[in-house]
Amino acid sequence: QTPDPAITELPPWQQYLGEGVDAAPYGMPSQYETHVVRRNVPWLTADATSSVNFTPLHELDGIITPNGLCFERHHGGVAEVDPAEYRLMINGLVDTPLVFDLQDLMRFPRENRIHFLECAANSGMEWRGAQLNGCQFTHGMIHNVMYTGVPLRLLLEEAGVKTAGTWLLAEGADASAMTRSIPMEKALDDCLVAFKMNGEMLRPEQGYPVRLVVPGWEGNMWVKWLRRIEVGDQPWHHREETSKYTDLFPDGQARRFTWEMDAKSVITNPSPQAPITHGPGRMVLSGVAWSGRGTIPRVDVTLDGGNSWVQARMSGPSFDKSMHRFYHEFDWDGRPLLLQSRAHDSTGYVQPTKDMLREIRGENSIYHNNGIQTWAVNEQGVAENVEVSS
Amino acid sequence: AARTDDTTATARADAGDAAPEAEMHTASAEADGSGAAASSHEGGYGLGRPALDEEIAAWDIDIRPDGQGLPRGEGDVWTGEELFVAQCAMCHGDFGEGAGRWPQLALGMGTLTSNDPVKTVGSYWPYLSTVWDYVHRAMPFGNAQSLSDDEVYAITAYILYLNEIVEDDFVLSSDSFAEVEMPNAGAFYMDDRAETELPEFSREVCMENCKEDVKITMRARVLDVTPEGGDDTENAPNEAPAPEEAMDGGDHAASDEASADDAAPAVEQQTETAQADTGGAAPESASTSETEDAPEDIRIVAADPALIADGAKVFRKCQACHQVGADASNRVGPQLNGLLGRTVGSAEGFSYSNTFEKAHDAGEVWTAEHLAEFLADPRGTYTGTKMSFAGLKDDADIEAVTAYIEAEGAE
Repeated sequence: QTPDPAITELPPWQQYLGEGVDAAPYGMPSQYETHVVRRNVPWLTADATSSVNFTPLHELDGIITPNGLCFERHHGGVAEVDPAEYRLMINGLVDTPLVFDLQDLMRFPRENRIHFLECAANSGMEWRGAQLNGCQFTHGMIHNVMYTGVPLRLLLEEAGVKTAGTWLLAEGADASAMTRSIPMEKALDDCLVAFKMNGEMLRPEQGYPVRLVVPGWEGNMWVKWLRRIEVGDQPWHHREETSKYTDLFPDGQARRFTWEMDAKSVITNPSPQAPITHGPGRMVLSGVAWSGRGTIPRVDVTLDGGNSWVQARMSGPSFDKSMHRFYHEFDWDGRPLLLQSRAHDSTGYVQPTKDMLREIRGENSIYHNNGIQTWAVNEQGVAENVEVSS
Repeated sequence: AARTDDTTATARADAGDAAPEAEMHTASAEADGSGAAASSHEGGYGLGRPALDEEIAAWDIDIRPDGQGLPRGEGDVWTGEELFVAQCAMCHGDFGEGAGRWPQLALGMGTLTSNDPVKTVGSYWPYLSTVWDYVHRAMPFGNAQSLSDDEVYAITAYILYLNEIVEDDFVLSSDSFAEVEMPNAGAFYMDDRAETELPEFSREVCMENCKEDVKITMRARVLDVTPEGGDDTENAPNEAPAPEEAMDGGDHAASDEASADDAAPAVEQQTETAQADTGGAAPESASTSETEDAPEDIRIVAADPALIADGAKVFRKCQACHQVGADASNRVGPQLNGLLGRTVGSAEGFSYSNTFEKAHDAGEVWTAEHLAEFLADPRGTYTGTKMSFAGLKDDADIEAVTAYIEAEGAE
């Protein structure tokens, strides 16, 4: 064996001085990590101002999504709200309709919580079969960050909700003026009016300066650039809860108000964008799991397409309605693999196969596809999105 | 009085503001380690200020199925048609059939049980109030909340007519609103997963010898529609999909947006694929030949970064329909690369209105002055233009957006 030049030769970074402090007042990832970016699927939508891009799950580890990699979904582009002109109004069935500015909000008691946000359409392209090669595209409409914000309950208490107030409408300040109806019970339970993510102010594309956090429920309800909360006595049935975000069944009927995100998991490594490059031998399989109904105490993994399963090793903190990280370490003998993961949530729910979902919902419901994902890995370590027989 | 959701909060409120910090943390520490919930304060925190009636009126624009929120007003089908053709048709088609991947608004009845459901106002939307509310709050796309109440009534009436829900003499008003019956109103039901799925999906799982034989039944690569560059690996290159495969991919495709709902049309996809295939070479082709004629130095001298930055903001009003810069292509409107100095109506592959065709044949050229005239009053300048944009009121905006288009479209 020849000596390794990475050891025997003096590299430039050991000889010459590097950048001083403040070379990048807001730091960026290494120049060797420029491939770690959100990506979109251009043919999905008519225009980038009403579209979606995807979190590169295969490049991440742990449970926290870096702010710059959190997937984006806009319905009228990114609103660039001037915080000095930011106002939040609460009106409708309240004792006193109120207006808050940003400073008012920051004077309420705050909470810090880590939650996943998943678009209802995540994996929606996979209903009819394996289609996109990469967990970024099949599962990347999700991110998981720590939010700092005021419990919505406190703001509602400030205005005084009238007894008839059983629903609220959250409205955004963007060019789509996004609206969603939310039952009062959820609003009082665990919703936050958040202004920070992972410690810093929200990114513009995530609703700067203020967004709604609706833990465990579909991402569309987490209204960004939140400008108004109206209290009412019935739902509003606006576009995003009738024409969109309703689940069409084969009989032509449609489920509505399918708010909770079912338990789901995906193996992020290896996967089509992250093949095995080191050959047979010791290897680490990893993935993420989450549930809109609680925590994920257990994930099962199969290497043979679902014939035999083993429990993966959960690692890292386990929070309610948050992403969880799992690992499975094993010796790869170099033979082809059919990888799947199966999440169990704290209610006893087990992630179903895609066929189990299709049996009930057909193939046209678009939203809430939480079926088990299969990656086929060949002898070279290349992974592909496939489906296998039941 | 403020609500209190737990007794600890009440107790703390009673004890006054001086409640010891330690007590607060032990009070309701959550099992998952998130810490104590922020507590209520008897009588509220005294933050914020009362909203004025005028302020509520300005922001509270939502409409409910029972008509709550509907302003007085009316509009008829034919007025609606005129408005629709001018303001909506460039994306939704003259008859609501949808242009490109923008949403189809009309017909599609009877398709919901098929393999290719077409969800339109007529075939799917359960409430008329949703149409009024959405058109009023978010349309026209890129120029939201610019329609008057009567215009929204008229456009809504026309959409109903396109869906064969009303006759052509129909007038939609705050009074006639409640009489309209939406065909698919009865087809929605509350989430029933708790009964129909959760028990089924909460059973004991098999861990050993669960399947006799495992076969691969479908491969993504067969209809590979993964975007270029999405695959980081040298090992697994994306093969460009043949048009037929791409079309299949479109059929399989579904997200929550317009096109995806309605399955991306094959033609559109071929276009995208073709662009992707040419890769970095694309911007070199069509547009540059025209810009080469324009003197380079003038553009550089004229480039004022602040003005261009202002123009970028103004251009947001245009970008729903127009693209400019590297990779710009024709969308709802033509691409704008090298616009100044370009013959009117000359973007290759774009289908212009008759008025633009005539201007093109007459050899009219986009000068800064002519563009300013057009941007100030599009339909006054070219009567019959497909561009529905009302125009830019502010000369400074026109100057800025022209600088931006010139700078962005120069290379």
